[in-house]
Amino acid sequence: MLIYLPIAEVSVNAFTLIGLGGIVGLMSGLFGVGGGFLITPLLFFIGIPPGIAVATGANQVVASSISGVLAHLKKRSVDLRMGSVLLIGGLVGSGAGVFVFNILQQIGQVELVVQILYVVMLGAVGGMMLQESLRALSRSRAGVRPARRHHGWIHALPFKIKFRRSGLYLSVIPPLVVGFGVGLMSAIMGVGGGFIMVPAMIYLLGMPTKVVIGTSLFQITFVTAFTTLMHAISYNTVDVMLAVLLIVGGVTGAQIGTHLGARLRAEQLRILLALLVLAVCAKLAMDLFLTPDDLFSLTPGIV
Amino acid sequence: MRALWTLAFLLAPCLAAAEEPAPMQGPDFTTYQFPQPAQPEEPPAPPAEQVVAGLSSDDIAISTSFDGSEIIIYGAIKRETPIPEGAPLQVIATVEGPSRSVTVRRKERRFGIWVNTQSVNVGAAPSFYAVSSTAPLADILDPAEDTQFRISIPLALRAFARPVEVDNPAEFTEALLRQRIAEGIYRLDEGGAYLAEQTLFRADFRLPANLVEGSYRVRIFLLRGGEVIDAYRAPLEVRKVGLERWLYRMAYDQPFLYGLMSLAIAALAGWAASAAFRSLQRR
Repeated sequence: MLIYLPIAEVSVNAFTLIGLGGIVGLMSGLFGVGGGFLITPLLFFIGIPPGIAVATGANQVVASSISGVLAHLKKRSVDLRMGSVLLIGGLVGSGAGVFVFNILQQIGQVELVVQILYVVMLGAVGGMMLQESLRALSRSRAGVRPARRHHGWIHALPFKIKFRRSGLYLSVIPPLVVGFGVGLMSAIMGVGGGFIMVPAMIYLLGMPTKVVIGTSLFQITFVTAFTTLMHAISYNTVDVMLAVLLIVGGVTGAQIGTHLGARLRAEQLRILLALLVLAVCAKLAMDLFLTPDDLFSLTPGIV
Repeated sequence: MRALWTLAFLLAPCLAAAEEPAPMQGPDFTTYQFPQPAQPEEPPAPPAEQVVAGLSSDDIAISTSFDGSEIIIYGAIKRETPIPEGAPLQVIATVEGPSRSVTVRRKERRFGIWVNTQSVNVGAAPSFYAVSSTAPLADILDPAEDTQFRISIPLALRAFARPVEVDNPAEFTEALLRQRIAEGIYRLDEGGAYLAEQTLFRADFRLPANLVEGSYRVRIFLLRGGEVIDAYRAPLEVRKVGLERWLYRMAYDQPFLYGLMSLAIAALAGWAASAAFRSLQRR
């Protein structure tokens, strides 16, 4: 069933879009990532103009994150206090990111910088997670309980707050910095940033995996909502028809993902996410190094 | 305005090529030239043979389920005298969408990775362009006439938007044409138009699903011995209707409200799915 998208001005199959939304929603529920790093390239692939793909992708991520965060709230696996601190950092970071993005655009190398950033970030995060979770898996197989690690320098920082649900007594500075960094990345790279935030929360802040996913979804919901609104106002690039179709698939996928995630073991979940991140990284790196099919590319408008 | 166009063309170092135009042979052309703009036509005596034509519809409505459209251009040749001897009559019909500017970039390998280096801005490239003719263009259309009336696909592009700073801008415009032809946005259908008894003609165009809104232009050329003896022009409006139009207008007229609406839909859908699954689980 073909459907004409009013803003994107292309005609696409409605079921393809629902299916795409479903896959990304599943990821969102399962891993606590918004799925922006998957949905945006997938939309490019089916012929949606890049600007519209980024903005509408953000809108879709809002829906699937809300769906996921509600499911996590019910299970009491969201640290609202931690989420709020991350969010404050995130909004400031995203504002700064838009500024950096404009500078890159003037230099004329946005595409390249974004691509390299993706490869470096995804490679580092994916590799780190895979190594860590494989080690944790073999340790738990051997029956040895992992010792709780102590982050000496992080605990020495001032402005400490009790994050009861995470079981942490921690300074607000590290979560603010993490939130800021993720907001910055998300504005430059056009993603929610869950794939960076989840490992940062686990390995840097030492939060228990149980609350990490819900809390990251909470932050992503608000940051992507902010992004969507900014895109709609300044560039008119949100296609609500496209968004609705993606959302229908996305929210369903997110619910299935959340319930599936509850049955899998945390280490296995982390290995899966690490492999996914590495796969996307490999694909992007190949695009960077392999000779493209056509050396020429077209961009509408004068850039 | 005309002086501006001329200036833009002078910037294009392709003018030399215009002196020895190669015949058009389908999409596989090798040369490309930006021609001089059409000279003002002197009021000519009415031609012996005139086109009388119509379109199957004057406007195309883009609704939610729009998946392309068919447009039929039909008509007859009106003449006061008997059919002239000599070269047979030929017909070329074109449909042209609204023009937009486009940037063509070229990648080069730098330090092992592929980087966008040079770029060329084409000031106006039609969002859609289709040519249909009764015979191969190279056989029926004189290159000078082509240049004047801008009929073949390469001539549909207009002017560079900025001074060209690359060595070979023709490579860039060729790439633009190659990609658009591959996507089916630019089409050449030699033999797609039919002419019966040198009097009645018909050309069918299939408009793609990813049609851009705006004023389209339909042209019909009557040719004899490579010369254009009469031309007919008609507008074709492509408009969004209903929900499509409402959403499009809202996105541009009230972007803040539109953004909030998009978020509200997202939030509602997210909540609804969550609630639905909870009640499903309870059961």
